Amino acid sequence: MGLVESGKLPKPLTSLLNTSRKYSLWIFQWGLACCAIEMGAALGAPRYDVMRLGVIPLPASPRQADLVCISGTVTDKMVPAIRRLYDQMPDPKYVISMGSCANCGGPYWDSYSVTKGIDQVIPVDVYVPGCPPRPEALLEGIVLLQERIGKEDMAARWKGDPIVVS
Amino acid sequence: MTALTERQQLAYANAQAADGRVNLEFETDEGMTLNMGPQHPATHGTLRIVLKLDGEQVISCEPIMGYMHRGYEKLVEVRTYPQVTTLVNRIDWLGSFANEVPFILAAEKLMDIEAPPRAQWIRTILFELSRISNISLFVGDMALHIGAISAAFYAFRDREYVLNQIEAATGGRFHPNFDRIGGLKDDLPKGWIADTKATMNKIRDFCDEMETLVEGNEIFQTRTRGIGVIPADVALAYGMSGANLRASGVDWDLRRDEPVGLAWNECDWNVITHPDGDSFARFWVRLQEIRESTRIVDQLLDGLPAGPIMAKVPRIIKVPEGEAWVATENPLGEMGYYVVSKGGLGPFRVKIRTASFNNIAVIPWVTRGVYVPDVVTILASLYFILGDIDR
Repeated sequence: MGLVESGKLPKPLTSLLNTSRKYSLWIFQWGLACCAIEMGAALGAPRYDVMRLGVIPLPASPRQADLVCISGTVTDKMVPAIRRLYDQMPDPKYVISMGSCANCGGPYWDSYSVTKGIDQVIPVDVYVPGCPPRPEALLEGIVLLQERIGKEDMAARWKGDPIVVS
Repeated sequence: MTALTERQQLAYANAQAADGRVNLEFETDEGMTLNMGPQHPATHGTLRIVLKLDGEQVISCEPIMGYMHRGYEKLVEVRTYPQVTTLVNRIDWLGSFANEVPFILAAEKLMDIEAPPRAQWIRTILFELSRISNISLFVGDMALHIGAISAAFYAFRDREYVLNQIEAATGGRFHPNFDRIGGLKDDLPKGWIADTKATMNKIRDFCDEMETLVEGNEIFQTRTRGIGVIPADVALAYGMSGANLRASGVDWDLRRDEPVGLAWNECDWNVITHPDGDSFARFWVRLQEIRESTRIVDQLLDGLPAGPIMAKVPRIIKVPEGEAWVATENPLGEMGYYVVSKGGLGPFRVKIRTASFNNIAVIPWVTRGVYVPDVVTILASLYFILGDIDR
């Protein structure tokens, strides 16, 4: 275990690391359904333009990503692929669950083939509710996550409650 | 939301993996197998395509779907009629309003109700707006897949104007859920007509821009002309519909042939066809269809009749026993609902016919012998939406 993971870094160094991490998030877009289009609007469209927040939307593979945005309906057939790609991401990694379907199943709460919440498969840091959420809501989720990362203590990662955008 | 331990999460994922394993034993004596998807940008969601390659050439190809199957036909059986529109909005998520209309029309047909003319005209206007928002994304998307990223930014920019108009009228950017049995939820807001006309001008500018930026581009033409040619007889044999069929030269549009009470035959517009049947033709037909849609919207806004927007409908909607089939020309092609009612609060059984399912059936035929980059061109030009395939 390195010095960073052990959490024994001096405070100024930690805050320097955190500041640089929070403004260079590579977001892997796992677009599945309707929310994928709103995510595309938030990340790619000129009106919302996520890059001004220091988020880079187009990593070549999950192995280069710090943040994955699961947006849309997750079916049981898709679950193994999601888990596998999450496992491929390097630590520290964060997950945004975008939209009601990824949060809890949404309008398909009684469907036989839909996973009732992506948190059954991978740990989630930010829940963005809505069906689909507006692009502004996703940006709010990203900003809240950046605030969290800025204050993060390296040793205590994963111990906080997930953020719910409201 | 109860937090699960990592052990539980892994167990869930592994169980699903064991359950849903697709056994695709491609004999790989010669050639190699390449897996495109299920999360590939060219698949508009989660379509998995297994290609068997000889060098760079495709020997055979198999699309595997079901990654977005949400069990619509089963869910609809346990919803009441007004609740169903909420669900069916999300079948083709780019042109949501167009999905509600055929279902509502089928229910109206069973109940023997006709919406007042103003409601039908507003329905048609919103239908065409959702078509514009759908296809304008296609235009940017197709260019993006071929390697021109800036067209996608322009498409997203101008699509927002249309979404603004849909939001102003219905309250929803994406899923309006605005249609009711017997009419519409609300009348149009103040000043909406003038705003929409201004938006239509912007969209026509967008079409001009795309024609010079994408369509006239030499690289674009080289990569699309003669790629993925689907002759008319093959297209008809595979049950294709919509712009894909019209790009093969078949003059067939349900808006003109079967307007089911909506206002398309009240105005002057053309069905666009192209004789080539290649990827360029499919792009060209769709781009021209945006223009035709703006023409339809402009004319309908000019002649919008006054009057109520809701017919007399009982408070609790019970549909009498019977069966009805209504199909309309959605942005992606023919979409229809076959509704069976047993007289209850909800439908007994609904069969949903969506366009993309038939449109992608041709992929194994059309990709035989093409090169790998052309597969992306063909997939992009066929333009399917996964929610529309899997339902």
